[in-house]
Formats: sequence, C-alpha cells, structure tokens
Amino acid sequence: MVEGVPVEQAPVGGGFPRARVVRLGLTDFRSYDTLSITTDAPLVALSGDNGAGKTNILEALSLFTPGRGLRRAELGRMLRHGATGFSVFAALDRGGCEPAVNLGVGLQPDPEGGRATRLCRIDGDTVSSPAAFAEYLRLVWLTPDLDALFRGPAGDRRRFLDRLVLAVDSGHGSRVAALERATRSRNRLLEEGARDPRWLDAVEREIAELGIAVAVARAETVTRLAGLIARARNNDSPFPDAGLALEGETDALVVQHPALEAEDVYRERLRNERGRDRAAGRTLFGPQASDLVVRHAPKDIPAGEASTGEQKALLIGLVLAHAGLVRSMTGHAPIVLLDEVAAHLDTARRAALYRLLADIGGQVWMTGADPALFADLPEGSLHLAIAGGTASPRI
Amino acid sequence: MPKASAGPEIERLIQLLARLPGLGPRSARRAALHLVKKREQLLGPLADATRAAAERIVTCSVCGNIDTSDPCAICSDQERDPRIIVVVEDVADLWALERAGVLNARYHVLGGVLSPLDGIGPDDLNITGLVGRAAEGGVEEIIIALNATVDGQTTAHYLTDSLRHLPVKITRLAHGVPVGGELDYLDEGTLGAALRSRTAF
Repeated sequence: MVEGVPVEQAPVGGGFPRARVVRLGLTDFRSYDTLSITTDAPLVALSGDNGAGKTNILEALSLFTPGRGLRRAELGRMLRHGATGFSVFAALDRGGCEPAVNLGVGLQPDPEGGRATRLCRIDGDTVSSPAAFAEYLRLVWLTPDLDALFRGPAGDRRRFLDRLVLAVDSGHGSRVAALERATRSRNRLLEEGARDPRWLDAVEREIAELGIAVAVARAETVTRLAGLIARARNNDSPFPDAGLALEGETDALVVQHPALEAEDVYRERLRNERGRDRAAGRTLFGPQASDLVVRHAPKDIPAGEASTGEQKALLIGLVLAHAGLVRSMTGHAPIVLLDEVAAHLDTARRAALYRLLADIGGQVWMTGADPALFADLPEGSLHLAIAGGTASPRI
Repeated sequence: MPKASAGPEIERLIQLLARLPGLGPRSARRAALHLVKKREQLLGPLADATRAAAERIVTCSVCGNIDTSDPCAICSDQERDPRIIVVVEDVADLWALERAGVLNARYHVLGGVLSPLDGIGPDDLNITGLVGRAAEGGVEEIIIALNATVDGQTTAHYLTDSLRHLPVKITRLAHGVPVGGELDYLDEGTLGAALRSRTAF
C-alpha cells in the first residue's frame, strides 16, 4: 500500500504538476453555439441568471473524464438544438517545465447516418477513450444533486464513492461495469431456472473475482481518505470532518480474509443462496449491497441527522479532502468543479473555502446565480458574467 | 426517400454492399461504382469468387472452422501438433492467431461465448465437440484463448469445469504488458494482471 502525502505537509503550488484550463472552447454544446474562455486564473467564477448556461460550462469540463459527465446525461442530449455534433476544446497549462497540452472531446455525427460517436483527442491525435485524459488532468466535482446524499438511498452513496475511487484508480469504472454485467447474467440464469449448474458456477466465479476487486478498491480509497481527514484535522475549520466507514458483508469479508480466501467464501455464499436470490429476483450478497456510512465527526452523529447546512458543509469538506487525496495519490492537483456551492455559505465560510481551494493548488470552476457571492474572490481570480450564450468579465 | 439514381441491378448491389461490416450507404455506393468501372478486372472475378465460395463453404465438423473442405485444412494438416488444441470464440480469432504464426497447433472454434443476457447458453456453443475431442485421447494441452471480457472469462471458467475430469492440462493466454508497450502508459488493471502472471526469467 502506498502511503499518501497528507495535505498539510504537501508543498503548496510548486510540488505537483498543476493542470489549469487556460482556454476553453465550446461549439454547438447545450446552449452555446460557440463560446471561448481564456484565463490563467486558479479560480474561475461564473455568475448569471438561472438557465443562463453556467452549469453547461462545468458539464463541458466534466467530459474530460470517463462517464457521462456531471449531469450523467447522454452525449446526444448535450447537442445544441438543431446541431448534429458538438465539440469541447481545452488547452491545459501544466505549469513549470511540463509542456502544454490540447485536449478535445466531442460528438461526431456519422457521415453514413448511423449513431454519432464520442471522439477524444489529445494534441490532435485521436485516443480510444476518455480514460486517456487521466494522464493530464483529474477532475473532482460537487453538484446540488448530491445535497440529499446522506439522507438518500444507499445506491447514491455507492455511486458517489465509486466516483471517488475512479478519480484515483482509473480501472475502477470498468471493474464496476463488469461486475454489474456478471451479476445481471446470474440473475437471468436464476430466473430462467438453471439447466446447467456448471454455467452458474462459472458466472459466480467471475462475480466473486470482480466483486472482491471492487470491494478492495473501495476499502483502499475509504481508508486513505479517512487517514487524510484524520491527519488534517482542524476543529476550527468551517467544514466539519467526516467519519467514513464502509458497511456491508462483502466489505467485512475483505477485512477478515486475504483476497483469494475472500473469493472462495464469496463463491460459497453465492452457491448457497441461489434459492433465496431466485426468490428475490436479484443477487443480495455483494458490493452492490454496501453502504458508505458518513458521520458528522465533531458532533458524532450520523451525517443524515445533521442540519441541512451542516450536511452541505460536510459534503464540501469531503470533496476537498478527496481533492487532496487525488493530488497526493496521482500527483495531479485536480480541477475542482463546484456547482451552486457558494450560495450556501456565509462570507467567513466562503473565504475559508477559497483558502482551502488555493491550498490544493489546482484550478477551481464555480457557479452561482448572484454576482455578489463572488465579490470577495481572492486576487487573481476570474469572474465571468454568463448571459445570452456569452461570457464576459465582470469588473 | 431519395429516388433511385441507377438501375435495379446496381441498386441491389449497393444495398447488399451496404450490409457489410464497416460499409455504410455512402461507402457502399463508392465501392459499387468502383466495381462497375472495373467490370473486367474486379466485378467479374469477384462475382465468380463469391459464387464459388457460396457453393463450397462448409463448417469443419471437427473444430468448427470455416473452409471449403471438411475436415478443414488445419484439421487435416498432418504437420500440426495434435496434442495441443487452442480454443477460440470465433473464426476471426483463429485467423488472428494464424497470422501470428507462433503455434503449430489445432483449433476449436466455439462460435460465441456464454451470455445469459443475449440468450446464448452452452447448448448454442460447440462445447460438446471440444469435450469429445479432449476425451478421445492424444490431447495433452488445451489453451483457452478467449477475450478478457466478463462473458469470455465466464466461458473460460465453464470450459475449465467441463474438462476438469480429463487428464488434460488447461492453460489460458497471459494478460499483461503488450509487446513493445511502455509500463508508464498501462492502466492499473493491466499492470496488476501482468504482475500476477509474471514468469521466471
């Protein structure tokens, strides 16, 4: 296990390659026919009326990572009305002696009239998947969708956790997808009434291998994140520490047994529980039944019982800690996207947030409806007014 | 619907070409035009070759390969080592391995992989034939060369189970660093697999 560098000991600024988007260009993306933003600011604030297209800009940036971006929308839905393809261009400055790099992602219409395809480019060369961008930048984001995270269903927290894992372990996404497919295969076999028990054995062996790999990857990320939060503990911080734990039978299994033994136990359980799972219509045992349990550490209460404001502060703290983890584990100070976060914070908390964000050393893009929210931005920040499909600096 | 710009024979040719993998309506049109222009050198010979293939192609009753004779050229080749059978999903994979030309073995084409979600079960694949060949004797090693996908690996587990009772060594292709690959560019999963299946120098 590689020990992460705690945030407070990490050199600020110079020690890590930072990735900053110095030019962002959108074409036929959502509400924009064309938009170009040039900046070298570490903090970019976007303000404007509801529906002006602020979040669209964050969404465009979020496409430089595997998946469907921060709204989890299909790429086809990101087309400007009437367009057949879109493109997002980002020129990255990586500081120091690292060469700058140009990244592009887009939806390309099929000239033969078939399905449009996602296109990813690095310095003019096509790459096979957005996973290739991970070499140049990492992204962390927080959106209002997550406001109900601690009170909502466990599935939301698992998905949130899997995103956290993905940012430090780029193979995690395909692992989770493979486990889902294998589990669906088993459910189908159980539903049809297994004609051939060896077939179920084979599927279950695959599930056990994948399931343990997913559980181990999650456990590692949670342990590292919890360690980082503990080392950076500061009771004066306006963002309370989160206590993190994984709760689930599979998670207990990987703690108690080495991976290979855990796979054997897992397989045995699947085999014994075929009847139960057939009746339930799904596979009950596995990482798909785990939960990320979050506590408000200073008050020692479950996060879901904290006030709405406290939950928001807890979530911000968690995302900031995660950004620190990404930096220490990958060597990339991440680009942080904060959608509608500033509105929930008073002046003192906003100032603390800006300070903490500056410590991470990457770049932050944030949105808010009211321009006054960003009146106290630190020097060197860029504040853009978004209106009518254009972005103009506010003075 | 645009009006047809050529006679029915040419339109039919275009429609058929458009069904080929990798060809859409536009490129099919281009290909058709090219064929028509090169009637003597290309269109005629292609028609003859297509007809001959259509009449003579059979699936090998031993290994499931596609050829114009049964058993296929590989199965009837006396120079090939009968002790090793390489199991592949599809004829395309057999061709890929033959292109590599590193193995002088026989093959077994499954004709797919197990996939409950697509309704493909053991009975739809050429598995009984494989177990029969292995049981006949003379086979010492079966190399499972299936894709590293969920369905490919599940099928590999299933085959291992089905062959377990036979005195045959079962191996699978290594997963790991591609030839000429740089470690720095590999994803973590591939690196992990490469480390787990490391070999002695």
